[in-house]
Amino acid sequence: MGLIFSFFAVAALVLVAIIGVKAASLQYLFGVIIPYAAFLFFILGIAYRVLQWARVPVPFRIPTTAGQGKSLPWIKQNKIDNPSSSLGVVVRMALEVLLFRSLFRNTKAELREGPKLSYGSTKWLWIAGLAFHWTFFLILFRHFRLFLEPVPLPIEIMEALDGFFQVGAPVLYITDLIFLGAVTFLFLRRVIIPQVRYISLASDYFPLFLIGAIGASGVIMRYFLKTDVVGVKELTMGLITFSPVVPAGIGTIFYIHLFLVSCLFVYFPLSKLMHMAGVFLSPTRNLVNNNRAELHVNPWNYPVKIHTYAEYEDDFREKMKAAGLPVEKE
Amino acid sequence: MANPKPEELAKIDLAPPKTGWMETPTVFRKGMFCYGNKAKSLETVGFPNPRQWSVSEEDWHLPENWQEIFIEGLRERVSKYRSFRLFLDICVRCGACADKCHYFIGSGDAKNMPVLRAELLRSVYRKYCTSSGKMLGKIAGARELTVDVLKEIWYYAYQCSECRRCSLFCPYGIDTAEITILARELLNLLGLNIDWIAGPVANCWLTGNHLGLQPHTIKDAFDMFIDDVETISGIRVNPSFNRKGAEILFVIPSGSMFADPGTFTAMGEILLFHELGLDYTFSTFASEGGDFGFFTSNEMAKRLHSKIYDEAKRLKVKWILGGECGHMWRVWHQYHNTWYGPVDFLEEPVSPITGTKFENAKSNKTIHICEFTADLIKHGKLNLDPGRNDNLIVTYHDSCNTSRGMGLLEEPRYILKSVCNNFHEMPENTIREQTFCCGSGSGLNASENMELRLRGGLPRANAVKHVAKKYGVNMLACVCAIDRAALPPLMDYWVPGVRVTGLHEMVANALICKGEKKRTTNMRGEPLPGMEGEE
Repeated sequence: MGLIFSFFAVAALVLVAIIGVKAASLQYLFGVIIPYAAFLFFILGIAYRVLQWARVPVPFRIPTTAGQGKSLPWIKQNKIDNPSSSLGVVVRMALEVLLFRSLFRNTKAELREGPKLSYGSTKWLWIAGLAFHWTFFLILFRHFRLFLEPVPLPIEIMEALDGFFQVGAPVLYITDLIFLGAVTFLFLRRVIIPQVRYISLASDYFPLFLIGAIGASGVIMRYFLKTDVVGVKELTMGLITFSPVVPAGIGTIFYIHLFLVSCLFVYFPLSKLMHMAGVFLSPTRNLVNNNRAELHVNPWNYPVKIHTYAEYEDDFREKMKAAGLPVEKE
Repeated sequence: MANPKPEELAKIDLAPPKTGWMETPTVFRKGMFCYGNKAKSLETVGFPNPRQWSVSEEDWHLPENWQEIFIEGLRERVSKYRSFRLFLDICVRCGACADKCHYFIGSGDAKNMPVLRAELLRSVYRKYCTSSGKMLGKIAGARELTVDVLKEIWYYAYQCSECRRCSLFCPYGIDTAEITILARELLNLLGLNIDWIAGPVANCWLTGNHLGLQPHTIKDAFDMFIDDVETISGIRVNPSFNRKGAEILFVIPSGSMFADPGTFTAMGEILLFHELGLDYTFSTFASEGGDFGFFTSNEMAKRLHSKIYDEAKRLKVKWILGGECGHMWRVWHQYHNTWYGPVDFLEEPVSPITGTKFENAKSNKTIHICEFTADLIKHGKLNLDPGRNDNLIVTYHDSCNTSRGMGLLEEPRYILKSVCNNFHEMPENTIREQTFCCGSGSGLNASENMELRLRGGLPRANAVKHVAKKYGVNMLACVCAIDRAALPPLMDYWVPGVRVTGLHEMVANALICKGEKKRTTNMRGEPLPGMEGEE
């Protein structure tokens, strides 16, 4: 149900853009107003969500320790997986965010007759996840060509590398291929693996379809329908300099692409996509494991009712005396 | 209640049901859940809604405004625990955790996949705490909190041993333990606990330990240990209780005072300390290092826990030594100090034997006995004959709590390798931080849920079976009281012939004490290698 709903939801969004631009000629709405509003919503939404999390205290220091802790000097500590310093945490987080270290560990449990269980390393999700996120980032980075004049050297270099194989004209970007491949893999994985299908919600399929559609519309625009790049750059430069213009002659496909991106901007802060920001705040990963060496303070700690030794002795004094145990009051 | 035979139990279907999980009703299967708490246990500690109730009856006698209580409690907790709120918000359901849970692997029940276990509560959170859930309902993965949903949350919150193995593999570090800990807190607001947790909590409140051992009973138990130690070693040890001015307060899990094989570990410890001439004392009041309060609510955990520092203060000891116990150490390491601190009435721990300063515990002032003993061995302070353990082929089970909640991995191995000649590791995906739960953690080691325990323990047992076949392993060493209680029946069922030991039982076996008689038996009274037939 989630799958079909999500598919049609994204299809409807595409339709909205087509009707809006082709039938109603709302180029200004789709080219300027919606993107501005969506971007504003994106920024404010993320800030709001992050602040909302940040406001919630971290009462206890609960890192998941994935290696030897700091103890005796002659025992080799795993300083990254069980950090006892901020530097260790920074490295741990960097590996987590940039290389998905926890996912790298992924194993697959297999049950055979007997019973016999075995666990093998499985890296497919890790590889696809890395490919998806990194190419997404690089494609986004490449888009800055549209927002900057002159185009900075790093972007030029990146484009040159990306189009290294010089396939076709315009040059085929390797990132585009990998990106679409990874999105497809992540989607198929959700559909094919029974357990993953079982846990998938509309909110899992929807962003995949949406991002897939954004990628597809981008590719179609670049390689097949050949949008007026000069016109597009005029529009994007206008947006970034707050003097929006809508040049005539930019194809509908561009507006579809832009509208879907706008939708993603709006959807982002409302959804699980916030894992992008949330991962930095995860208490099991971003805390040092020095609980016994340093005092960690729980800001909402409050006194609780306790059973005191005096009460305990009152309950058991005679028995304690009979057993020869020392007591406070005779 | 007879359990199915291993071959029957091992027929596990990991495929999820045909219907969506929200449409698949939870069937309470006998053997897979624990009995509900007794009213008396809740009354003892002032928990809400004490009443007579039974899990298998339709009516759980909830308070009239139970939904309100639960939802308010939920709102309160997402504003107090960043972990909780974040973990409810950012899961992408990638499924990396799915086959990491021992209960899922052993039962095939889809709702035992950590992600889905968390979704049970997440769906309620979405419905009542997020705008998308309020507006879009089921499309957004939200659902109404009905009695059936509540029961489902109860069923699966008490089918999670909070071992945190899933959190290791999650790309965002989402810790399902954190979610079930708080789910249990919410359930406790309605008086929905299990007897095996609520009972020990009440006991602990009244007597200082889960088993409800009164001061004279503890003394009696140790009197027997003293006699046994003398029979075995010829040495009369003399542990003290509630002694003011001792240098060290030694706290162990009460399981070690009462049930084999934990008792052998306790005997080993008192023999070791006697040999060292350690100035230490036990306390009958702080007679439990574990904290079943942790399985009910943060507040209750803190209420039970405070006795340890309070007692250290009263006895004017310098620092605290903690015995072999799993979640006791999770609590001591990650919560102890935060609940109580600053602990300025104790001194930074220094080993009186080696002079080693335990820098890693300078604020909290508690030392794990494995840290203490490893340091002794490293400094050559112990005269050990590992040959005395030659009849044992040993493997080591990392406790979930000491490994994933602390990082105590090398010390126990160093000790083991020093006290025995035959040590073999289990396969690497099943040890250290990837260790599997004994299947009975977090208060689930009752007997009525034996099927759950055997299923949950299957991954652990299977890894033991592997080394039992390959190297002839016949002894499973561990540093957790629940392990020592839970692993023997688990081994008997899946890997007959493998027994369970604490580490300090092994240490005591190997320890050559000053003035000891010629030892003919180990701590269990079984013949030492080469001493068979001698008397």
